[in-house]
Amino acid sequence: MDKQALLLFSLLANPRQMVGLDLQTWDVFIRQARNADLLGRVYELVAEHQLFDDVPLPVRPHLLSARRVARRHSAMVRFELGNLLGILTKLETPIVVLKGAAYVLAGLPAAAGRVFSDIDLMVAKDRLDEAEKLLKVQAWIASANSYDDKYYRKWMHELPPLQHLKRHTLLDLHHAILPQTARLKPNSAELFTAAVPVDGYPNAFVLCPEDMVLHSATHLFQDDEFKHGARDLVDLDSLLRHFAKDEAFWPRLVQRGEVMGLSRPLYYALRFCQRLLATPVPESAMAQAARPARPLAFCMDKLFERALVADHPLCVDRFTGLAKWLLYIRSHYLRMPFHLLLPHLFHKAFISPINARREEKKAENRPTIEGLIAENKAK
Amino acid sequence: MIVADYSEQALQDLIAGSGLRFEVGPFTVCLQSSLDKLAADIRLMYGAYSVSTQPFADFHVRLDQPFGLRRWFRPQTNFTQDGRTPFKPLPLDQSFAMFEWGLNWCVSSQSHQYLIVHAAVVERGGLALIMPAPPGSGKSTLCAGLVARGWRLLTDELALISLELPGEVIALPRPVSLKNESIEVIRKFAPQQVMGPIAHDTAKGTVAHMAAPRESVQRGGETAASRLLIFPKYTPGSSTQITPRQKAASFMELADQSFNFNILGELGFQALRQVLDNCDCYDLSYSDLDDVIPELEQLIDKSGESAELVGALVNSTAAVDG
Repeated sequence: MDKQALLLFSLLANPRQMVGLDLQTWDVFIRQARNADLLGRVYELVAEHQLFDDVPLPVRPHLLSARRVARRHSAMVRFELGNLLGILTKLETPIVVLKGAAYVLAGLPAAAGRVFSDIDLMVAKDRLDEAEKLLKVQAWIASANSYDDKYYRKWMHELPPLQHLKRHTLLDLHHAILPQTARLKPNSAELFTAAVPVDGYPNAFVLCPEDMVLHSATHLFQDDEFKHGARDLVDLDSLLRHFAKDEAFWPRLVQRGEVMGLSRPLYYALRFCQRLLATPVPESAMAQAARPARPLAFCMDKLFERALVADHPLCVDRFTGLAKWLLYIRSHYLRMPFHLLLPHLFHKAFISPINARREEKKAENRPTIEGLIAENKAK
Repeated sequence: MIVADYSEQALQDLIAGSGLRFEVGPFTVCLQSSLDKLAADIRLMYGAYSVSTQPFADFHVRLDQPFGLRRWFRPQTNFTQDGRTPFKPLPLDQSFAMFEWGLNWCVSSQSHQYLIVHAAVVERGGLALIMPAPPGSGKSTLCAGLVARGWRLLTDELALISLELPGEVIALPRPVSLKNESIEVIRKFAPQQVMGPIAHDTAKGTVAHMAAPRESVQRGGETAASRLLIFPKYTPGSSTQITPRQKAASFMELADQSFNFNILGELGFQALRQVLDNCDCYDLSYSDLDDVIPELEQLIDKSGESAELVGALVNSTAAVDG
């Protein structure tokens, strides 16, 4: 990858480089950060390192603007979490808050400047139906089409996405961190046992530090789209730097990775955090993580590098398309055995578009209130 | 240097190559496109705008034809900002309108250094008249009419309300978007104004843009103090009626018409409160531009005098206190 494609990472890894940066480079930096949903993060870094006076005048409004959006997101997440945890107290069972919402709730530095596309919660699998019913009464409704709905419920590690009817907030309700059909099978009961309670909410938990990192790593390095690849890597970097303040963290992390069977995604997380964001990963942890055989490791380096950079035309080279396509296939291969995967991909490729088109037609022909009134008047 | 200093060919080469960078109000826009006809439209509608020399642009946007069959069969145009496509493609003859809508989207979704309200704003004698209104209320027609009679155009769609200078509106002069019958109305009312390409069968009907007058463009980015808040309603056949309106309800209406009131929280609330403190609020129903414009001129001139009177009173009491 050329230097320009890695500009975002290199400045995030070393914010002091922003001092004296020329406007042309700022122009590229801001655009990459915006597309990667990391502009709010850039603001927080600038503030943390007291660099705002070094930011050229024309650039400042973009950082301020992103900061305001991020603060709003953070407030909304707190509001929705308060609501959701309240609704789910009736279950009298632990609710584990996952990913971004967990960083907000646990007050982790990874939450600073972050924006959210959804909220992720996890409950024990045998309480999932009750949880869904309680949420449904409060206007959180699953809105996937019938094929997707069945697919989620039968094979996935979560319900089809729930959406609040009025506020349109999206909620993923998990019972595990990987699909039931996936090759790797981390034990959900273990996650619940190790989870840490959150002050101020009687039923709320977050994953223990090691599991939090493992979950984020697993999620990122088994992803199919890498739409938030850069942002997720920045999350991992922030988590690692924060938890590493406790020296015992690294050996615990490596060991936990082995116990949960997630050593391979952990390897990729450590590898790319170190390589792209200069995360200080100790030699010992790196050596113990499950590195694939050399030829494979070399290929994965080339693939992930292209998938992780900001989703921006300036970060694309002629292999980006191929790399993303291969990783898409890989993620599905890791998620499902072939006898399930092939019919699924067939459905997605040929039947879903037809159904979507049919639904669209139906929606077009659906009578509107204005139309009905006009019709009645004509009669 | 202004955009019209380029010949049409030079402009087209620039847009097809490294991009045209120009100043639109407080923003710098970088436009690239592989479309043939766009350069002529841009030169016509944005001729008076300054070419930017700084290497930083706020918005990098592109208009291109999508790949595939639609290149030949009912050709389309696609708007992208940094590779992201906020909208579905539109028919090729709506390219200029799509540029306008795309830029609206960029500003309203990414510029939270301002409180942004869906409203037209025009200025006379340093005082701003704000006209928020839902589409179809005749807001743009009235705005175009006032501008053709010498009012300064601050904006036709996106009122940028300052979060730093209390009650001030920042000018973002852009072409005024006219729909359906309004196009003919303004053509007849102000034949001297420059009209852009006509886009038929858009989601909003037939759309054409009236270029912002040169003087308004040159004063882009300049602020004006809010003084009148008027909710216009075009009512066929009615005489001009201006009736006072409650401030609280006007506040709520303005907040409702805002793109980022919810994002800004208290900052937005304070900015809007300041606007309402400054403004007299009215409902307006009109049908005839020749009738309504003198009335509005009288109203804003009078409100200017009363503002001066208050200012003089404040100053004299300050003098007494001193």
